[in-house]
Amino acid sequence: MKSAKATLLKIVSNQMFIPIVAILILTIVNLIGDPSFFAISYGENSEGAWLFSGNPVNIIDNGTSLAMLAIGMTLVTAASGGQDISVGAAMAIAAGVIIKMVSGELTVSSDYASPLIVALLVALLASMLCGLFNGVLVSFLKIQPMVATLVLYTAGRSIAGWITGNLSYKFSAPSFKAFGHTLPGIPIPTPIIISVVCFILIALVLKFTTLGLYVQSVGINENSARLNGLNPIAIKLASYVILGVCVCVAGFVTVTRTGTFISSTFAKDIEMDAILAVALGGNALSGGKFNIASSVIGAYVIQYLKTTLNAFGVEAVALPAYKALVIIALVIISSPSAREWFVNKWRMIMPKSKNTAKEVA
Amino acid sequence: MGKSKKTLTDTALLLTITILTFVVMYACAMIFLGQSFLTFNGFFDMLNNKSTLLIVSCGLSIVMISGGIDISVGGVIALVGMCCAIYLKDFGGNPYTAILIALGIGIAFGIVQGFIVAYLGIQPFIVTLAGMFFARGMTTIISSDHLNVSDVESFKKIFEAKIIIPGLGFVNNNGVYVDAFLKIGVVVSLLIVVLLFFMLKYTKVGRNLYAVGGNAQSALMLGINVTRTRFYSHLMCSTLAGIAGYIYFITFGSGSGDNALGYEMDAIASSIIGGTLLTGGVGNIFGTMFGVFSLHTIQTIVASAGLGDPWWTGITRASMLCLFLVIQSVILAVRKHAKA
Repeated sequence: MKSAKATLLKIVSNQMFIPIVAILILTIVNLIGDPSFFAISYGENSEGAWLFSGNPVNIIDNGTSLAMLAIGMTLVTAASGGQDISVGAAMAIAAGVIIKMVSGELTVSSDYASPLIVALLVALLASMLCGLFNGVLVSFLKIQPMVATLVLYTAGRSIAGWITGNLSYKFSAPSFKAFGHTLPGIPIPTPIIISVVCFILIALVLKFTTLGLYVQSVGINENSARLNGLNPIAIKLASYVILGVCVCVAGFVTVTRTGTFISSTFAKDIEMDAILAVALGGNALSGGKFNIASSVIGAYVIQYLKTTLNAFGVEAVALPAYKALVIIALVIISSPSAREWFVNKWRMIMPKSKNTAKEVA
Repeated sequence: MGKSKKTLTDTALLLTITILTFVVMYACAMIFLGQSFLTFNGFFDMLNNKSTLLIVSCGLSIVMISGGIDISVGGVIALVGMCCAIYLKDFGGNPYTAILIALGIGIAFGIVQGFIVAYLGIQPFIVTLAGMFFARGMTTIISSDHLNVSDVESFKKIFEAKIIIPGLGFVNNNGVYVDAFLKIGVVVSLLIVVLLFFMLKYTKVGRNLYAVGGNAQSALMLGINVTRTRFYSHLMCSTLAGIAGYIYFITFGSGSGDNALGYEMDAIASSIIGGTLLTGGVGNIFGTMFGVFSLHTIQTIVASAGLGDPWWTGITRASMLCLFLVIQSVILAVRKHAKA
């Protein structure tokens, strides 16, 4: 029985434990509430394209931008021991650049004023600059990340407003919207494909470069990392720039999905969800060891929760209150003291069986 | 004491920078822009509008000094405002007993968040983030309308109450004398600032906050109850947010889910400009007060300097925050270098 206890401890203390338990709980709740929640259908949509649809597909589809942010946010959290709260504002800048460049002077149009790839590259540059700015404040000036990114958090939406002249844009070229919906002939929503490509990329980077190891060692102890010949400043900068790239992808997916842009409401409060995804993934917000896969699952858990609450008829405005309760329940279950309590309880229930197991042996 | 070479503490140095900047900024505005900066009314307007922010910023300073963070304050203000508005409108309540509702909500948030942060050891950011979601969500669940209570008879007296300061008014362009007045919130907020200043400086709880924020490990070694101190810091912050909610309510006379949007970040920014470090152990309530004033003044300066486009406000505020962060960081680095 000892091995059973050890196995239990191993499972409970695994990083993936919380997000996976959360998924299981949500799945059970949905199965009890309405099993048809999980139905996936293959059919023609209103625009005549054949594609898969249904809640599971929607969750992965709509969770894309959050999952993208979770990748970068995990790296930033691990390397600098703090979070970037400016990602929503930076997304607004990136999306503002994209929509401004493709629409040109017209606020409602469907003709490209400049090629999409150029717009995307400029947006990438802009969001990487945002990342670089945050990174410089954090690494060179040694300002706590949350405070340093508060600067861009305050300015970001204003900058996006300045780029777009505070106008609301609508761009409806079919090839533009295809990136947020479906590419012709492919039955899977494009954001899912984009996210899979990004996951493969980041997995390859972590597998074949030392980035993950370096980030982790800088996060655990900056001084000893430096003494071992690493350059903490460069590594922190790199993590913020990578987050910038993630922000650009997230902004691109979100803006192509809706085809509209208003600087004050675009991707509002997404930074909080992104940080939450990292925390739900069991990563310490104080930096150090990290697990990107776990954070990404955390991001999908948040989207899953939103869709579930929607399916249960919770109004969109009331969503935050329920989300808060679930978050609190999850973090309390995953807290060290609660885990200790569980293990102690297990010990109290199981001592007899332990003895019998010994006797048998 | 015995030393002839008196060195400023980090707290005092940062406080000096903040106050100097504010004075210089205000003086420049007086000289170059004139207008509202030359009258007492302009200054009092700032106090009247910013009394809520001042109270929550004080609360955030306390939490930040003890090494934590609380981003639920804006939500708590909105929730208090909504509950008070419903209480007055639908239940015909008395605006004075609404104070109890405000305090009750604040203390309840403080106890729950403080308990989870201090005794269960969960990161304050996540706990108070959930608190923010909960408060904002509850506000919209209670009512998704914008409730205006300024026409409720019993409320009018407290809503329109003004403390007129004789002799400080000014004569406007039409030749009419305009009184300089303060609202009740200003008196409350200034009282809170003074109280908290003495609390932080001279009481055991206040000193414990600095000790825990500076270095929790050594505070523990010194026999300070670290968990309880953290609990108190959250309790105080949320209670102050409750009070601020009431002040917001009697100043603006409305309850809405969009009330006090972004106050948490404004309060954090004010505390930082006032010289409080998010790492804990450094900070001063008077600095926070000047932080609030500076943030407001820069906004007014931008508006009266003719940069009317809405995006300028955000950009200038951010630049100011950035400037302060850089100054603080450079000064602290230089001092650290000099010490070593």
